[in-house]
Amino acid sequence: MTVTVKFFASLREKVGTGSVQLNASTPLTVAQAWSQACNETPLPSHVLMAVNMEYVEPTTVLHDGDEVAFFPPVTGG
Amino acid sequence: MKVVVTTEPFNAWEYIQDYEQQMRSQALQWGAVTTFVGTMRDFNEGDDVQAMFLEHYSPMTENYLEKISQTAMFQWEIIDTLIVHRVGEIVPQDNIVLVAAWAAHRGTAYEASRFLIEELKHNAPFWKHETLTNGEKRWVAANTSGEAQTKI
Repeated sequence: MTVTVKFFASLREKVGTGSVQLNASTPLTVAQAWSQACNETPLPSHVLMAVNMEYVEPTTVLHDGDEVAFFPPVTGG
Repeated sequence: MKVVVTTEPFNAWEYIQDYEQQMRSQALQWGAVTTFVGTMRDFNEGDDVQAMFLEHYSPMTENYLEKISQTAMFQWEIIDTLIVHRVGEIVPQDNIVLVAAWAAHRGTAYEASRFLIEELKHNAPFWKHETLTNGEKRWVAANTSGEAQTKI
């Protein structure tokens, strides 16, 4: 399966990229996608995550073609 | 129900006027309109701020704002809602956000618009990146609580 991983705002600057493609032979959870994309760095507790633009939990299982996004607390309005 | 995310400066009162023109057929039903307009300050956390860049995750942002508008329409007896949010380069005094709700009575209009602005502030994927007058750039870490600061 192939998934796209996106990073936003301060997290994009920390990770050093806005987007990466991941290939995996077995289904990944959101937390596993973070580990693969970020060289096994632990997932910080304040990071928010979405799959196909809906908020999810780290245990959510990804499907082929999904877009998973990681971002810091939001500050709009 | 309308959601707009724009890179252009906007006049909140023109948006309300234009939207009310479109809703003219329902005008006799509403008895209350609440509006919240958030504007950019020239200070934050004790520092002078010169400009700001507002990043967002499109179209998750638009989807989320539409979702909370639908939730508000379902939860309260309101006639309509309007949300406008600015993104991109912003300078002090610019409007950042407009939330408006139309209802027969003030209670529902107030409650629905409070719900909309709080949901937006806590969950809509926007991020503020400030440029201070000394040239320093920084990400805003978190929004304030939104609770009123009482003075007796």
